[in-house]
Amino acid sequence: MAGSTPASATASPLGKPAASASLWAESWLRFKRHRLAYLSLWVLGLLVLAVLLGPFVYKVGINDIDFKARLAPPSWQHPMGTDDLGRDLLARALYGGRISLAVGFASMVVAILVGVTIGAIAGISRGWVDAVLMWVTDLFLSLPQLPMLLVLIFFFRDGLKAIVGPEVGIFLLIVLVIGGFRWMPAARLVRAQFFSLREKEFVEAARALGASTQRQVARHILPNALGPVIVAATIDVAAAIILESTLSFLGLGFPPDIPTWGRILFDAKDYLDIAMHWSLFPGLAIFITVLSISFIGDGLRDALDPRRVM
Amino acid sequence: MGNYILRRLLIAVPSLLGISIILFTVLALAPGDPFEEMATNPAVPPEVRMALRAQFGLDDPVWQRYTHWLASMLQGDWGFSFVSRIDVDELILQRLPVTVAIIGSSLILALLVALPVGILAAVKPYSWFDRIASTLAFIGFSLPTFFTGLLFILFFSIKLDWLPFVFRADISATGWAWWWEHLKQSIMPVSVLGLALAASWMRYVRSSVLDVVRLDYVTTARSKGLTERVVILKHAVRNALIPVVTLVALQLPQLFGGAIVTEQIFRIPGIGSLLIDAVLRNDTPVIMAVTFVLSALVILFNLLADIVYGWLDPRISYR
Repeated sequence: MAGSTPASATASPLGKPAASASLWAESWLRFKRHRLAYLSLWVLGLLVLAVLLGPFVYKVGINDIDFKARLAPPSWQHPMGTDDLGRDLLARALYGGRISLAVGFASMVVAILVGVTIGAIAGISRGWVDAVLMWVTDLFLSLPQLPMLLVLIFFFRDGLKAIVGPEVGIFLLIVLVIGGFRWMPAARLVRAQFFSLREKEFVEAARALGASTQRQVARHILPNALGPVIVAATIDVAAAIILESTLSFLGLGFPPDIPTWGRILFDAKDYLDIAMHWSLFPGLAIFITVLSISFIGDGLRDALDPRRVM
Repeated sequence: MGNYILRRLLIAVPSLLGISIILFTVLALAPGDPFEEMATNPAVPPEVRMALRAQFGLDDPVWQRYTHWLASMLQGDWGFSFVSRIDVDELILQRLPVTVAIIGSSLILALLVALPVGILAAVKPYSWFDRIASTLAFIGFSLPTFFTGLLFILFFSIKLDWLPFVFRADISATGWAWWWEHLKQSIMPVSVLGLALAASWMRYVRSSVLDVVRLDYVTTARSKGLTERVVILKHAVRNALIPVVTLVALQLPQLFGGAIVTEQIFRIPGIGSLLIDAVLRNDTPVIMAVTFVLSALVILFNLLADIVYGWLDPRISYR
């Protein structure tokens, strides 16, 4: 079989882009077969569109106070009812949704960037670098996440507020802190993937052809390790949205004038008995967002792992 | 075995040191000042405030304060709460039992739900039972605990008026009545926390049993003529639980996070509400001690998980 193995019909010289395109197309087909995931993609898409475009269509100010309609239940005038100052809850939920979703995605990006970098360095370098990085990862895993978030945010929000302004400051802080405490699973995942991929024949071939370590990582190992990372990233978005709303719910997230979903719930929780709608709608918004992201993650897991039989 | 535990405990020491350094540095760098309210109080001259700061060593460099803290910590002196004026260890001991009781019962509830449901779902994958269980699990871990808590209060306390929604530590009843009151007020927090955990664990149990059931040795056990019950419970589940134990141990920090939230919703006077009060009032010694105790508990549970491995899987030897 030495070197004379005829190329199969599919492995044409131009096969590489075509093959990779069809690989993604194949994954997409597998994803579509997961009906709940496919449906969730639409739901999430609609939600994102709603919070992005909603405030342009539904022109009610988030701070328009109307004392005549305090704690009003849902009606045509106020589809989600109003809060204790008579502010329209739909407008607030749409505005807050932007921030909740933005925090979710931005924290995911931070977590994945840090996680992939650390995992890749640990996975490729072995020896003491790997040992030290994994020790740090384990250390971060045993730090109690929520208490640390509370402490960091409470103590540093005033400082950042003074430097970059209240909204950007607290946004940056929350994103960095949530991201900074969510990178460990991604790092472990990438490291484990690197360990098995590094020994695979195609990487060995690249090494034999004289590819530098950087090229091996960037062109050969990393792209193949991305499947599980994408799945982890989806889960991270959901986790970050829950974490942000938890922080806001505990009163330590965004300030009261920025109505994220968790913050609305925090304000609503003392009026449970007389104004149920106030806490119900933001809670449902969080629930639907997180549920659809989880289903999408599940669909991606099936779609990106071709070895799995459906 | 004893040797192994000793070695693991020794490995845990640098981790604990690392954690305490991180925690201490964060708290030391924080701009808050526990004597802030004195600064605005005209009755307290600034010299007194400065003297107090000096007495508590707040003006020393960070490393000096850290070594000081470490030394007194090792001697059993955990410091002194700036707010409630009692020793921190006493404060923690007051609050810890409630939290441990709630977390422990939630853990048991979660295991009681997750294990049978996960195993049954994996025995018949893609059956109706599996589909319904998996969908419920997805719903379960997509519902944030603070929202389920509010829904429970809304339904069981306000609509039906069955359960109290404020947790009371000072129940005056004695004997059975005392137990009954405690049971009644713990139902909601325990089920909120336990069901959220059960939802994610059920999926781990299911996928891990599914992985094991396909292996050859399970086929062998079946072909020996063992009943399905024995094959699943004795042969498959025992091995399937190994990865589950790791995940459960790794999720414990999250459990403490969940406890903070439930304690806040149901106003349970546990360690979580102690922490939040301390954070809001800048009570540094309490924050330091509570976060450190939580981290130590996490490391302890990881060690326990490793020991349980050996029981589940005799191939793992303690060297």
